[in-house]
Amino acid sequence: MTQLLKIRDLKIGATVYPPGEPTRWMEIVKGVSLDLEKGKVVGLIGESGAGKSTIGLSALAYGRGGVEITGGSVDVNGRDILKIRPGALRKLRGAEVTYVAQSAAAAFNPARKLMDQVIETSLEHGRLSKSEAEARAVELFRTLGLPDPETFGKRYPHQVSGGQLQRAMTAMALCPGPDLVIFDEPTTALDVTTQIDVLAAIKTAIRETGVAAIYITHDLAVVAQVSDHIMVLRHGETVEYGETDQIINAPREEYTRALVSVRQIEHVEKGPGTEPVLKVEHITARYRGLPRDVLHDINVEVYPGQTLAVVGESGSGKSTLARVITGLLPPSEGSVTFDGRTLSSAMEGRTREDLRQVQMIYQMADTAMNPRQTVGTIIGRPLEFYFGLRGAEKKRRVKDLLEKIEMGDGFLDRYPAELSGGQKQRVCIARALAAEPQLILCDEVTSALDPLVADGILKLLLDLQKTENVAYMFITHDLATVRAIADSIAVMYQGQVVRYGPKTQVLSPPFDDYTDLLLSSVPEMELGWLEQVLNTRKMQSAGN
Amino acid sequence: MGLLARLLAQRIALGLVLLFAASILIFVGTSLMPGDVAQEILGQSATPEALANLRAELGLNEPPLTRYISWLTGVLHGDFGTALTNNMDIATSIGKRLSNTLFLAGCAAIIAVPLAVLLGLIAVRFRDRWPDRLISTITLASISLPEFLIGYLVIYFVAVKLRWFPSMAMVYDGMTLAQKLNAVALPVLVLVLVVLAHMMRMTRAAILNVMQSAYIETAELKGLKRFTIIWRHAFPNAVAPVVNVVMLNLAYLVVGVVVVEVVFVYPGMGQYMVDHVSKRDVPVVQACGMVFAFVYISLNMIADIVAILANPRLRHPK
Amino acid sequence: MRRIPLGAALGLIITVLFFLAAIFAPLLAPYGMAEVVGGVWEPASDKFWLGTDNIGRDLLTRLIYGGRTTIFIATAATLVAFGVGTALGLLAAVLGGWADQALSRFVDLVMSIPALIFALVVLSVTPTTVLVLVLVMGLLESTRVFRLSRAVAVDITVMDYVEAARLRGERRTWIIFREILPNALSPLVSELGLRFIFGVLFISTLSFLGLGVQPPQADWGGIVKENKEGIVYGIPAALYPAVAIAALSISVNLVADWVLNRTSSLKGGRG
Repeated sequence: MTQLLKIRDLKIGATVYPPGEPTRWMEIVKGVSLDLEKGKVVGLIGESGAGKSTIGLSALAYGRGGVEITGGSVDVNGRDILKIRPGALRKLRGAEVTYVAQSAAAAFNPARKLMDQVIETSLEHGRLSKSEAEARAVELFRTLGLPDPETFGKRYPHQVSGGQLQRAMTAMALCPGPDLVIFDEPTTALDVTTQIDVLAAIKTAIRETGVAAIYITHDLAVVAQVSDHIMVLRHGETVEYGETDQIINAPREEYTRALVSVRQIEHVEKGPGTEPVLKVEHITARYRGLPRDVLHDINVEVYPGQTLAVVGESGSGKSTLARVITGLLPPSEGSVTFDGRTLSSAMEGRTREDLRQVQMIYQMADTAMNPRQTVGTIIGRPLEFYFGLRGAEKKRRVKDLLEKIEMGDGFLDRYPAELSGGQKQRVCIARALAAEPQLILCDEVTSALDPLVADGILKLLLDLQKTENVAYMFITHDLATVRAIADSIAVMYQGQVVRYGPKTQVLSPPFDDYTDLLLSSVPEMELGWLEQVLNTRKMQSAGN
Repeated sequence: MGLLARLLAQRIALGLVLLFAASILIFVGTSLMPGDVAQEILGQSATPEALANLRAELGLNEPPLTRYISWLTGVLHGDFGTALTNNMDIATSIGKRLSNTLFLAGCAAIIAVPLAVLLGLIAVRFRDRWPDRLISTITLASISLPEFLIGYLVIYFVAVKLRWFPSMAMVYDGMTLAQKLNAVALPVLVLVLVVLAHMMRMTRAAILNVMQSAYIETAELKGLKRFTIIWRHAFPNAVAPVVNVVMLNLAYLVVGVVVVEVVFVYPGMGQYMVDHVSKRDVPVVQACGMVFAFVYISLNMIADIVAILANPRLRHPK
Repeated sequence: MRRIPLGAALGLIITVLFFLAAIFAPLLAPYGMAEVVGGVWEPASDKFWLGTDNIGRDLLTRLIYGGRTTIFIATAATLVAFGVGTALGLLAAVLGGWADQALSRFVDLVMSIPALIFALVVLSVTPTTVLVLVLVMGLLESTRVFRLSRAVAVDITVMDYVEAARLRGERRTWIIFREILPNALSPLVSELGLRFIFGVLFISTLSFLGLGVQPPQADWGGIVKENKEGIVYGIPAALYPAVAIAALSISVNLVADWVLNRTSSLKGGRG
């Protein structure tokens, strides 16, 4: 085995411009070392800000947006690429080392055909002739499972789907026959069911071309499927580095253990109550100006103090269902019954009491809070608005709520911009709780968060459910989340509920095709899971 | 009909509607103002007979709609009526002056457009270094001054102190092209200065926007040469925004020309219009307003058409 | 209002000085506004710091009074533009539907004719009084303010926090004044500066063309018009307003830039 990549004591920093504070220098990567042999795959894993992408790009001697490599060495094929001339560096990039970006949709030039872009490096670096390169590209398209590999390259980037573009970008990286490919979160932006197919395609392509790869992701279960070694990173430092089997099955560090056991929250399903707090009956809805119904004949119920998880991929209509329940989108047919009384279909027709009883928490806590209001104002407003609380009484109650979301009253006068992602979501939870509702609609509330932070939020929501006896309708695309929190589940596909019932029943065979596809799309923290699942699947994902 | 053709047809139709609406607006602006137009024109000392005559001449006794329709019919046939002040046919007077104005604006455009794109590219290439800062400081200063003052600054320094070019731009029939160019050198210089600043700033922004896209990073990580990156990946995507910028600024040039003509006593449309605004010669003002609006709306339309044509998503629909 | 960068601080100081000079013009000016005090185009001297104008009035006095007129008209026009523009812009964004369509299309139409040309057309039939000038300029400018405030407000109204307020059952006034306006303020303040500068340039241009402020009132554009004949004899009297206009507009630009940068880098930050 020959050494391909040798990174020693890599230090990377960047100039940051925090708002309202002086510009300062920040160290992003603090002395990381890494080895990679020919044909092997190493996974870099960590939360956002761990420095994993920055390390990956250093194998191309590239710093994105003001990022500078300040120390250490990066040897590719025996020479330090941080010290070579610009001309030599250009020969390395796109030939010896190539790159697959997270968003292929943005990374392809919209004005040129896919084939031209896929074979560009092979021609520029004089590696292949045009006809050879095209033949190889078609071969790669086939390996990667793209439709009509012969003619696929004649299309423009906007003419193919996101999953296909991600495969095309992989083909573009593999075409010149590089020694090393950097995969930078290649499946993160894709739909759950598509993600696994693309992951499998990438794995096949890596195996067939024998290329070495750095695979960057925040999802340990994903990286476990493709890599030989895993490096766990946190705040720019190596936490643990070892073989995949060891990291997954025998993690040494506390932090790695936490990552491995993520989403393994124990939640025992509660039996259905007698009277549902929310009853959605025969809801059919469409957006103005669109020809098709987005929701079709939806019937679900939520019981007091319980959680209904609504699960499906993007475009399945699950968020639209929440909009119908809140009255933001009046349905064309059907009714929403709350606590025994039928709610007005439009928000404008509901009483203040009706509005108070149903609260909402959003996916992006960033945009869900007015940046010009303090935490105290944000949480205090519902108290003032619904219960007429003022002054000291209001403040005391706000402090209570901050206590409940495990944040101190030191946060009273902070602005949203001064909070971390998890803290922001907690404040949104407190705002919803302030109204003392019977039902909270949670729209993908954890999907923008890092896994450990998301876990914290889920645990908090479960605890609050016990103490406040509030019901949740939990909208998500992530089945692991569903397992952790749901009492009953509704699986949505193309605007319809395809499977609905208590958690254990929905998650037990026999499955319908779509639920099977969805269930098989959640990466498990075990080796060889990917191959096994692909062999037993009944249905193809929409991204194909 | 394809999507592209449909969009183009829509945009052209919109242009026509805008022109039509602009004609109404100009007509309303001049005809239905509060107060008596005849009184305004003749002043407080006018005799009742003179007022009555003028009202009849202006057709003020007829309902506005009738007046508008007869005016618009005339305009569509190239007949703008006669000037109140000297009873000359307006269309004839405009014809001559319009060609002078287009000559002036054309010369300015030929110099300003390539220069602006070039400076824009330099500013992007040396972003945040001294060439960029120098260019942006100078352009900021020139944006901060009205056109006529730039005109007099140029006259004071170039014509009076240095005596390089004449301070007035007289053109008449029988001049050779070289004589003509010499005469318009200073007004062209001023127009270039005025338009260049805006055009260059917007070009810079347009190119920067393209250069910051992810596909340029991809090209860089492919190890392509800088020139290849710009030519193959940046240029095709920057054409549309840059052409758009150029067109918008040519439209701006149309306005700049009005003031510059007055400064240099140049016998063009702008001079003609301003003269007749102070004389309150309404038919002439309406006619000039329509011509300027026509040029302005057309240039804006061309800008949009170029943007539509250059969009790969529209050219190669799914 | 923590550390203000040097450029913006300088801009702010100069802008304030200009406004003070405009307010206290009668106290500052050495002579009367229309007072003939010397010969034609006398050079600068102890008596006349900047010399005299085409009929022997003190140029410094004319400039100070001219600034007063110009700044007053530009300010008034800007206020009209903002009053009308933001009110309609926010309303269009919040109401949406056909009201938004009607307003937006009408503004498109007015903007399809260059502002100067439109002003000339209107001024050909209206008396050139200060009130008319302010209204014409203000209303023409309000189209641009309308577009900006509508665009900003539309961006904000689709934010989840506005939706959250609506779901809470808040009134429209709360949503406009507590949720939208505080977040729309910075781009609008920055635009206020740019519009003011545009107003200064606009009124100067109109006066220069003889269609703005009428003599014997002094204003910066008018001073250029009155003294332009001198330029061919090498008398720079007509160029002094250039210095004043440039100084004022660069200062305001610097302040406006800073306001905008301060807030755009603060996307979702504190104010």
